[in-house]
Amino acid sequence: MSLLHDAFARAKSENRAALIAYLPAGYPTEDGAVECIAAMVEGGVDIVEIGFPYSDPVMDGPTIQDAVNISLEGGTKSATVINTVKRVADLGVPALVMSYWNPIERYGVDSFASDFHAAGGVGVITPDLTPEEAEDWILATNSNDVDRVFLVALSSSDERIAKVANATTGFIYAGAVMGVTGARTSISDAIEGLVAKVRRHSDLPVAVGLGVSTPEQAHEIAQYADGVIVGSAFVTAIKKDGAAGAKVLAQALSKGLAR
Amino acid sequence: MTANDVVSVPDLRGHFGKFGGRFVPEALMAALDELDEAFRKASVDPSFLKQLRDLQVNYTGRPSPITEAKRFAEHAGGATILLKREDLNHTGSHKINNVLGQGLLTQRMGKTRVIAETGAGQHGVATATVAALLGLECVVYMGEEDTKRQALNVARMKLLGATVVPVTIGSRTLKDAINEAMRDWVANVETTHYMLGTVAGPAPFPEMVRDFHRIIGDESREQMLSRYGRLPDVVAACVGGGSNAIGIFTAFIGDADVRLLGLEAGGDGIETGRHASTIVGGAVGVLHGARSYIMQDDDGQTIESHSISAGLDYPSVGPEHAYLADIGRAEYRSVTDVEAMNAFKLLCETEGIIPAIETAHALAGAIEIGKELGEGAIILINLSGRGDKDVETAAKYFGINL
Repeated sequence: MSLLHDAFARAKSENRAALIAYLPAGYPTEDGAVECIAAMVEGGVDIVEIGFPYSDPVMDGPTIQDAVNISLEGGTKSATVINTVKRVADLGVPALVMSYWNPIERYGVDSFASDFHAAGGVGVITPDLTPEEAEDWILATNSNDVDRVFLVALSSSDERIAKVANATTGFIYAGAVMGVTGARTSISDAIEGLVAKVRRHSDLPVAVGLGVSTPEQAHEIAQYADGVIVGSAFVTAIKKDGAAGAKVLAQALSKGLAR
Repeated sequence: MTANDVVSVPDLRGHFGKFGGRFVPEALMAALDELDEAFRKASVDPSFLKQLRDLQVNYTGRPSPITEAKRFAEHAGGATILLKREDLNHTGSHKINNVLGQGLLTQRMGKTRVIAETGAGQHGVATATVAALLGLECVVYMGEEDTKRQALNVARMKLLGATVVPVTIGSRTLKDAINEAMRDWVANVETTHYMLGTVAGPAPFPEMVRDFHRIIGDESREQMLSRYGRLPDVVAACVGGGSNAIGIFTAFIGDADVRLLGLEAGGDGIETGRHASTIVGGAVGVLHGARSYIMQDDDGQTIESHSISAGLDYPSVGPEHAYLADIGRAEYRSVTDVEAMNAFKLLCETEGIIPAIETAHALAGAIEIGKELGEGAIILINLSGRGDKDVETAAKYFGINL
């Protein structure tokens, strides 16, 4: 828990937002993913989200869908994800998993939280699990010292924001656009308002993701949010230039984080 | 158990026992709340109910008749076989019942665009029909594989003014069409209603779609009492997502002596792994927004389902069916492609009715249970759709040159 807290605190002390990068486990391969993540961290990524590849990723656009398919076709299993968490945690960077709910439920809610913690993971983001359905998950994450990150959306009412804020630990994930993952040329002005609303209900750091891909967008978001989350753009960079591409993108995004 | 005990499920959060619920991105929660509110208000609004009733009678052609299938029954152990003729509805299946209700709700919510997924194309055609009737923009997502299997329905949707988007990812069937429709919905939720076509998905869909289809069973129950003076011994229906089955089951759930029989698609046979029988051969999991029985591997990845019937080729099932199976109120069996196609041919040749291949699974199940129960038993089958759309598949299957 403290690793995640420390990463946000360090960014804050440097008067910047934290950079959070997403990559599916097993993309382009199990070793390749770890190599790319190491390069991202060298390039300035503060926190890593490891995607748990899933057959029906309804929140993901074509870029991440393709990456996930490559990963699954390459033989990625639940064990691959846990193993990737361990290797990323060993880099000394806070490692989170982002997973649709069914793979966690299938693994066993408590077993997953326990194995994830044992692997050195700090928190889990669940894009299709809301606090209403999370009773078992809240118990499992509490008893295994794992942060649980729920999302708020531009469509969330004040009441829902309060509910999500109360159930979340670690940081709150604010979706910058209404839609699936993937680079956008512009992000909504409304996201600043959403972050402000979240702050009325919570003292946790707020990170903004979905559609964010460029240093310019990162700079804009860094002015009001505690973290900037980038996913699809890393997948695209890796597809083109491998780990070197990931590092270059991380360096470029890092320059945008200053307030 | 009284009718109300079971029919009053789900609870306020959309749970049927441990099944159902809402497993969706936060971005959709507001839209589901809005839909839930619109549905509950409309359900008790006389003007909505009158408008819906008028369309059911004067547009769909309800009530649908019950036909006794005497020659077919000779092959079913001598039991009396009755067919609830949803195939005679406008657009050729039960699907119209649901889309009329959801179409009117779309208007009440002030939305101007509808999206839908379709497998066999029946729900897509019904959605395109209602969109034309009510002046709504319509986009239908259909797995590329299914657009080939059901080319006639693709043409029908286009004639009705809908845009048909072939889905080229994943297994290219119904499951992937639902994924794409959900992605569209997340991005366009302000203007768009997702007209989900079955009793699956996040709350309130399973309950709402059931309520728009329960007219099938309500009519049947009355027809049985007035014409036969008694209720059937068995009510049988095919189950993919399960909307036609829940539609005919609901009115009989409180009648403890009426057996409810759902027939799932067995594809090449459960033992081959190539099937779509989620209750008979699946495990509890979460897919497309609800907890139910699903087909999945040890890592929670969805396994592709297999069936000759595009409309049943789906790796999950409505959560209320999962619940009815768990509490033992309904029984679910699996019917293979071969058994279904034999029943398909038999109905064509004995009754002059070409059923949908989906429906043929219910017919095959009825033959089996008819033989078990023998003479004197009355089996009511939901003849959920007509088979015009399947003529090409059937011709190929039976080696008829076109």
